[in-house]
Amino acid sequence: MKKLKSSLTNMLAVLTIIAIVAAGVLASVNAVTAPQIEKINADNLAAGIKSVMGSDEIQVADPWEADAFTVYAVSDKDGNSLGNAVVTTENGFGGPLKVLVGFNQEGDILGYTVLEHAETPGLGAKAADWFQKDGKGNIIGMNPGKDNFTVSKDGGKVDAITASTITSRAFLRAIQNAYDKVIAGQDATSGATKQADKSEGEGKTPCAEPTASDLETPEVIE
Amino acid sequence: MNNFKVLVNGIIKENPTFVLLLGMCPTLGTTSSAINGMSMGLATMCVLILSNFIIALIKKLIPDMVRIPAYIVVIASLVTVLQMVIKAYAPEIDKSLGLFIPLIVVNCIILGRAESFAAKNGAIASIFDGIGIGLGFTIALTCLGAVRELLGTGAIFGITLWGENYGMLMFVLAPGAFLALGYLIVLFNKITKKA
Repeated sequence: MKKLKSSLTNMLAVLTIIAIVAAGVLASVNAVTAPQIEKINADNLAAGIKSVMGSDEIQVADPWEADAFTVYAVSDKDGNSLGNAVVTTENGFGGPLKVLVGFNQEGDILGYTVLEHAETPGLGAKAADWFQKDGKGNIIGMNPGKDNFTVSKDGGKVDAITASTITSRAFLRAIQNAYDKVIAGQDATSGATKQADKSEGEGKTPCAEPTASDLETPEVIE
Repeated sequence: MNNFKVLVNGIIKENPTFVLLLGMCPTLGTTSSAINGMSMGLATMCVLILSNFIIALIKKLIPDMVRIPAYIVVIASLVTVLQMVIKAYAPEIDKSLGLFIPLIVVNCIILGRAESFAAKNGAIASIFDGIGIGLGFTIALTCLGAVRELLGTGAIFGITLWGENYGMLMFVLAPGAFLALGYLIVLFNKITKKA
């Protein structure tokens, strides 16, 4: 068989046919995989909510959106409210840092899990364990409304991940923002507005202090 | 050239990473650990085998002037299919490779092989070329990943050999990728030139 000539009709016909076939293949694969992908995402989220609320027997209400946050109101099996699980996103060192964090009704942190991140492996990627209860920078039980919820370098109560100050700041800011917008707003205490103002300034300028210490260069380990 | 020669050719004489120096972006970007490098290599190999095969089959039907857009549509569709399959059935791999899977579309190895091999040879030989080049790429990426993981974190395939405290973190980061790749290319050339 001879190769097709590059005439206009030939070219148009071939490209059109290839595009149609490709679209058909993609559509059918998508139809098969989409439900599975959705199921995996839903399972991950459900498992995440259970782990951040520290309880297996929970009911999760339909989520509601507040600005960029997604909030899941969680109650125990008898319907008593346990608090909220909030999905919050902040710019980390390598890209968006998406965290699911659980608050009880007082706004104390029950637990967290990192949903998505693009942090440096071996450094910022440690955020998944570092701030957990048995990690070095434990934040479980803290309350972003009452405690100074920043890294110790900035005068706060949390130990930053060694050599990953930017990731640590972004992580804490993500939780602080979630607290300010969602939790503090709910009980409308007078402190809430003040807190919100403070974090707004920080939140909008994540790269406000381009000092040498902001670069993720390894620091001396204490 | 018989099919076995085509296969070995892809692994050694025309190793895409160490000899042709093609596809450097995923090579440097995904090899922060041995397992990441290997999954990236295998994913690329899947696309390469299928794209070589399909393009060798339809090459006579594609007019020369539109061959590049036609190849790209084929390759992009294959990559998208692969991405959806990985997302649905291997979410762990999706988590660690994420962004790099769609980037296989622009990996010059794939278009390069379509252009220089599949467009001139039969379907079966093209499959072998895909396997050979794919294996060569996978081996190179696994080696590079293993070296970087070992020097950077003191572990290999996730198994700790010595403590993380003795690792040189730089090797997990971008500069280490360039250094390790450079030395591996030196080593590869030293071995193959002698033989």
